[in-house]
Amino acid sequence: MASLGGEALTVTHVEKKKKQPPARYWEDPPQQAGNGDNNRGTDGEQAGRQTEQQTPKAKKRKENEDRGDGNKFLSGKADRFPGPAPIPEDRLQKFKRKEKMKKPRRQHYKLKDMIARSEENSEMSQIQAARLDLLLPEDAGFLEGDEGEDTCTISQEDIAESVDITSKTKYFDLKLSQFGPYRVDYSQTGRQVLLGGRRGHIACIDWQSKQLTCEINVMESVNDVKWLHSEAMYAVAQKKWLHIYDSNGIELHCIRKFNDVLRMQFLPYHFLLATASATSFLQYLDVSVGKEVAAICTKTGRLDVMCQNPQNAVIHLGHANGTVTLWTPNQKEALVKMLCHHGAVRSVAVDKTGTYMVTSGMDKKLKVFDIRTFKPLKSYFLPAGASCLSLSQRGLLSAATGDIVQVYRDVWSTPVTKPYMAHRVQKTVWGTHFCPFEDVLGVGHGDGFTSMLIPGAGEPNIDGLDANPFRSAKQRQEWEVKALLEKVQPELISLNPTELGMVDRAASEIKHQDRVKALGFDPLAKVKFVPKYKKKGRSSSGNIEKRKRQVGHEDQRDDIRKTAEDRVKIEKERRQKEKKEAVLSSQKSALDRFRK
Amino acid sequence: TCGGTPWLRLRYPKCTAPGPLRDLVAILVLPATTFKIKPFMRPINCHGHIMSLFKKRKNTKVTLSAFPFPFSHQMKVKVLSRNPDDYVRETKLDIQRVPRNYDPTLHPFEVSREYTRALNATKLERVFAKPFLASLDGHRDGVNCMAKHTKSLSTLLSGSCDGQVKVWNLTKRECVRTLQAHEGFVRGMVVRSCGTSFFTVGDDKTIKHWKMEAPGYGEEEEPLNTILGKTVFTGLDHHQKDAVFATCGQQVDIWDERRSSPIRSFTWGVDSFSAVRFNPVETELLASCASDRSIVLYDMRESAPLKKVIMTMRSNTLCWNPMEAYYFTCSNEDYNLYTYDMRYLDQPVTVHMDHVSAVLDVDYSPTGKEFVSASFDKTIRIFPKDGGHSREVYHTKRMQHVICIKWSADNKYILSGSDEMNIRLWKANAAEKLGVLAPRERQATNYSQKLKEKFQHHPQIRRIAHHRHLPKSLYHQTKELRVMKEARRKKYVNVRKHSRPGSVPLLSEKEKHVVTVVK
Repeated sequence: MASLGGEALTVTHVEKKKKQPPARYWEDPPQQAGNGDNNRGTDGEQAGRQTEQQTPKAKKRKENEDRGDGNKFLSGKADRFPGPAPIPEDRLQKFKRKEKMKKPRRQHYKLKDMIARSEENSEMSQIQAARLDLLLPEDAGFLEGDEGEDTCTISQEDIAESVDITSKTKYFDLKLSQFGPYRVDYSQTGRQVLLGGRRGHIACIDWQSKQLTCEINVMESVNDVKWLHSEAMYAVAQKKWLHIYDSNGIELHCIRKFNDVLRMQFLPYHFLLATASATSFLQYLDVSVGKEVAAICTKTGRLDVMCQNPQNAVIHLGHANGTVTLWTPNQKEALVKMLCHHGAVRSVAVDKTGTYMVTSGMDKKLKVFDIRTFKPLKSYFLPAGASCLSLSQRGLLSAATGDIVQVYRDVWSTPVTKPYMAHRVQKTVWGTHFCPFEDVLGVGHGDGFTSMLIPGAGEPNIDGLDANPFRSAKQRQEWEVKALLEKVQPELISLNPTELGMVDRAASEIKHQDRVKALGFDPLAKVKFVPKYKKKGRSSSGNIEKRKRQVGHEDQRDDIRKTAEDRVKIEKERRQKEKKEAVLSSQKSALDRFRK
Repeated sequence: TCGGTPWLRLRYPKCTAPGPLRDLVAILVLPATTFKIKPFMRPINCHGHIMSLFKKRKNTKVTLSAFPFPFSHQMKVKVLSRNPDDYVRETKLDIQRVPRNYDPTLHPFEVSREYTRALNATKLERVFAKPFLASLDGHRDGVNCMAKHTKSLSTLLSGSCDGQVKVWNLTKRECVRTLQAHEGFVRGMVVRSCGTSFFTVGDDKTIKHWKMEAPGYGEEEEPLNTILGKTVFTGLDHHQKDAVFATCGQQVDIWDERRSSPIRSFTWGVDSFSAVRFNPVETELLASCASDRSIVLYDMRESAPLKKVIMTMRSNTLCWNPMEAYYFTCSNEDYNLYTYDMRYLDQPVTVHMDHVSAVLDVDYSPTGKEFVSASFDKTIRIFPKDGGHSREVYHTKRMQHVICIKWSADNKYILSGSDEMNIRLWKANAAEKLGVLAPRERQATNYSQKLKEKFQHHPQIRRIAHHRHLPKSLYHQTKELRVMKEARRKKYVNVRKHSRPGSVPLLSEKEKHVVTVVK
């Protein structure tokens, strides 16, 4: 119990100044904090007084409230960061799948409940994925020049000098002047690179350890090379036929159905190899069963510009008349035809999100399109024109102009004036490909192969269950089995890849047509009236005709009645209107009394 | 010495070391960017951080002198360079490391791949659907009734048409005890709630009370108690807790176990009853099926029955939903099952159709979500409690008319007793793997289950999931029934069309089968 004297004593007592806790940067400046403390203290006192006056019940309730309050610890200190940690909106947006559904109109309580629950679940998973995003181990690479220095002036040697030893080894040059120019393809995981020389030289290289897996010469001109689903097999488009080799260089298949192939694309989730030939055929080969899925005659001449949209597996072909056409194996005609250039299309590339398409043409222009709306976004003029386009996982664009490889950044969002990086190789560039999950661009040219360092090109964080560069043999086997099991059927390829998850709101007419097709007859069609045969001469032809007319008249009766009713109604309205007008016109005005 | 200080300040805003030390940090940090210092490795003090850098450098075998000074370019560069140690397991004894990145752009074709998985899961489910487990044979006549043990999962009692009662051990799948209980049919059987004894009624007008344990060596098989009734008993059920049981025959009788005469008898018109069941929750309530096509509800505490609903055809048996005990389902002679709400008898909640002959018995799963029915058409069907059609049908070549059916108390098995003297043990979930599942296996099953649920309405998956092979006769009967039903509907529509408007009402399927409700 504190007496008055005691209180006086505490005031007068000369004590050591209490030690202040060390200042933290997140705290307010000390003065303010002190004020806050004081305020809090007085608040507490006031509260104390109030509780003294309150009834015991209210007191207990108050205590409960305090205990239930998550903002306080046992020590009585307030939690500085109450509740779950906030997640930035853009990160949440990254994992958003689709918009919220509209509530069903009628009282479908079960449906409502189901929708509410599934939405709750998806929201939770979205939040959790966004939270997990924070824990990803790697950050993307970057390159920043000094003040006033352009990054494109920094040479590869300088970059290689200033990065670590392992990365330094990723900048190298292979001098292969004999069989050039070379096409390049990296495998899905980015561990292996496949080089295909125009004059028949094929080489698979584990490019990080610089070990040669296999090297052959097919003694024939090579148009294109492509890895299939794993590092064990690759396809080579040779002078006449399409050949498939394994990683030891043994020829597995020679596919005679695919002739004069110029370009190839592999759709990894469908196990389809799409080929474009000089005879203007677009063909699809299912590599899991070895069957041709579709052969489409595009009737557009030689097809040597091709790329795929990785989001929906639609094939983009560029043509000599400046159009780009979009194809699926399910349709004999192009899904979309876009006129992109005045002059032939030289190269096409689609970004990882399936949003943007970059094209370059003989008109020396580089154009960016939004392929969701098929609208041009940006158009750049390159004095030399770009021959090989390729997009990296993080959206860097490499364009080859003659023997110079230029890399651009943010071509679709901001108007670009200067390249991000540039590099000159020995001879004309014939193929470029960004290595997945690495900051590396592989360039095949007339004098061999160059591996360039492009900081910020690759996706920094890998997913172990998909394309994992560090997977063991066992993991690869397991992945292969799983991937084959969930091979997406070619029928499911369409412009919108999420179409399968939507409700098919076909119009009732279309549904009816489908039903008629399935049944072979129209179940709702009116049965034609056939008069019953009556005996005793009642079924004379005149009688039958009469009965038929009767039925026909009955059918028309409703229509006739309705039109008659309508007519009466219209007549009535007209009369009312006339009456009204007549009344209005017959109304006397004030001036009428002066009229004689 | 270092031009990268602005960046240094940016990343290490609290670096407040004195001049020389700070420079040292600058020298160390700039090249170390290539070694990937994570942003969350923020140093608490400069010394600690320097130490950590040294540590990092040790295993990459780079010493301080190895750094190139001065830089030719004052640029900042970072290139992806992963340390394989972070991605590969350390020893062969570890499990593989699987780093995840859930970025949707890295996982294209989400829906199509899930759909493919769901399709595969549905196909595999059909491949693994092998529901038949065992047949228990030993009876010398058709199995007429069965009873679950109230305390032991592995014990089953069955009574046959020759008056024999057998006790089975289900784990060993063998008969452990046989007793000649009655002369003629054993009509009903029930285990007392404590599980130490059971009651049987038979065609010989007796109620017998038996001990669950087999008699010792040399002892004779004798009932604890025998009550001689006036008429034949056709059914029997025991109260959930009390020492009270109910029989039915000419009337519904409530018996005290200690008395030899009924404590209460209910009649409502002249009729006979085929089944009686106590409500598992409102334990004083009972329901019975009468031969005058009615289902009667009683309260044991009252002297008169509560109410009854009269249907177009006779109900054979009924079963209460153990979880929502205001619902009960009755098996009807008109090939259907009807789920009623006890409070609103004027029309059933659901009509369950699929059988092609009279339904003889019905039993609920302990979860109350599903029930199983036995039919004269030689099949067993499993219905969801609120579904109009069955999700599963079981049949074998040798199984004849199924007389009685039970769903085991662990929700995993179904037991059926049929005319040809066998008791059959089935899985309640045809494709389920029995035994203990490894965690990954369980996870995979749960995942595929969810996928199947998600894509169940897609036509191809639906077709595969719903396809059942039926015996030829059954298949044709189903088709014939459909034709008959359609003809009847057409006729009704025609009658309605040619009658005075309003005189022939449009009846729903639920309304068709109820005649009246009497209170």
